[in-house]
Amino acid sequence: MSSRISAIASNTFREAVRDRVLYNLIAFALLMVGAALLVGQISIGIERIVLVNLGLTAVSLFGMVIAIFIGIGLVSKEIEKRTLYTMLSRPVRRWEFVLGKFCGLAGTLVVNTFFMAVGFFAALLYLAHGFQWSDTGLLVALYFIVLEFVILTAMALLFSSFSSPLLAAIFTFALFVIGSFSEDLRGFAAMAHGPTHWLTMMAAYLVPNFASLNVISSVAHGEPVASSLVLYNTVYAVLYASAALAGAVLIFDRRNLK
Amino acid sequence: MLTPAIQTANLEKTYAVGFWRKKPRVGLKPLSLEVQEGEVFGYLGPNGAGKTTTLKLLMGLVLPSGGSAHILGMEINDPRVKAQIGFLPEHPYFYDYLTARELLEYYAQLSGVAGKERAHRVEAVLERVGLPDVAGVQLRKFSKGMLQRVGIAQALVHNPRVVFLDEPMSGLDPMGRREVRDLIEGLRQEGKTVFFSTHILSDAEALCDRVAILNKGELRGVGAVAELTSTVHGKVEIIWVGATVPGALKSMGAECRLTGETGRALVGEESVDAAIDAIRNAHFRLVSVTPLRATLEDYFVQRLDARAEVAQ
Repeated sequence: MSSRISAIASNTFREAVRDRVLYNLIAFALLMVGAALLVGQISIGIERIVLVNLGLTAVSLFGMVIAIFIGIGLVSKEIEKRTLYTMLSRPVRRWEFVLGKFCGLAGTLVVNTFFMAVGFFAALLYLAHGFQWSDTGLLVALYFIVLEFVILTAMALLFSSFSSPLLAAIFTFALFVIGSFSEDLRGFAAMAHGPTHWLTMMAAYLVPNFASLNVISSVAHGEPVASSLVLYNTVYAVLYASAALAGAVLIFDRRNLK
Repeated sequence: MLTPAIQTANLEKTYAVGFWRKKPRVGLKPLSLEVQEGEVFGYLGPNGAGKTTTLKLLMGLVLPSGGSAHILGMEINDPRVKAQIGFLPEHPYFYDYLTARELLEYYAQLSGVAGKERAHRVEAVLERVGLPDVAGVQLRKFSKGMLQRVGIAQALVHNPRVVFLDEPMSGLDPMGRREVRDLIEGLRQEGKTVFFSTHILSDAEALCDRVAILNKGELRGVGAVAELTSTVHGKVEIIWVGATVPGALKSMGAECRLTGETGRALVGEESVDAAIDAIRNAHFRLVSVTPLRATLEDYFVQRLDARAEVAQ
């Protein structure tokens, strides 16, 4: 990674820290403490399943909110506040700027997820008094959540490169929701005929497949995650995020900074 | 022949506006300009003349609709050029969560200043703009004048050969303006090329080797200040001692004023002889006849007025 990309990424991370984005960890910690104390009393026999579902869903939602609400401003805020002028008048290529911003936010989300995972495992330890071999599946689920953030961040950056923050937020959130139901969309496509079939099929393949990245329910029940799925999801996330970033670069490269 | 520091050839920008983006709006008409290395060059024009558009084109922030531009002999998109230029935008805004020192270190790193030299350069430039005492304070606590100094510091932190300043005196108090003037003078002495836009003509007159005048996106004149002002037909001041203003002077449209028994008239160069005759015929004592030097403002107004007349 070039020093310019790493400098932009570090600065993006620093901005998130100084703008108190990581304060969400306090809310998450409180949620985990509350869940660990309450779940044991209200869900006899299935405490572990409930806590895993609640904890991992919270990790996913907290990160999703950060990815969307910071991601949509990564480019547009720099244009609006004109901080880009002094940046791009230096030997910084526009693609380096986009990539640096992406790496910075993705890094922020990885750090945020790491601390949330620590809180989640602490709550699990408190409730279950120990770990099982099947808990390694939880790490895979967390890894998939990070992949989800990578795709979301790239999408938010793509929309941020040509639209207003509000529209970018709506687009990204809509894609998150549709992508979470992409399996249903494929099921609908299989049942449809004619142009509807092709249109639905195209939409199903075009939207990010977040359904495949969501293994929270199965790992909560101690089911193993196939290693082929890990490989498939990793390649899919890298390709999807790369395509979205390439789109963002193509658009941003041709943009006049008025 | 030396390579010009800045060279544009028919550089132009037309924006597409309107809902369907079909209406053209001219930001800059074809501009051909050369600035030599070591020059302090003023880019003058009223608000909305196209000064900032030109600077944005040169910085690669907006893409030209036609023509070309070179800085230090290289295409403006060449990353090697960007390491050699410094840019202060108009009304600069910086990452306000950073301290002045952090911001300058960040920009120095982006400009390719090596790690060992970076800290030294940052401290030197902080000293130069008079901010060493507040280097550790977050920029969100800075006043407008202090931010302007940070803006100048970031434009100089990587020791560029060509410095572009967009309205560097804008929003500064008289002391601040004086400091910026001194700073530009210092850059000239270091042999750097300075290209600055302004609508404050006295600053340009005091600092610039050459100026260009722009209005409505079109270049209206370029040259040395003395050369440009010499083309303006100046006024001549005539002073006499007498009780009244001679009627002949009034009838030739001279600007006249009488203070006690001393009269003062401003007449065009072509009317000097007639004005002197009028004073002598009234039997008043002629004290002095002094040609007034035309200012850059006179030239500026003349160029803008001339175009307005042609348009009418």
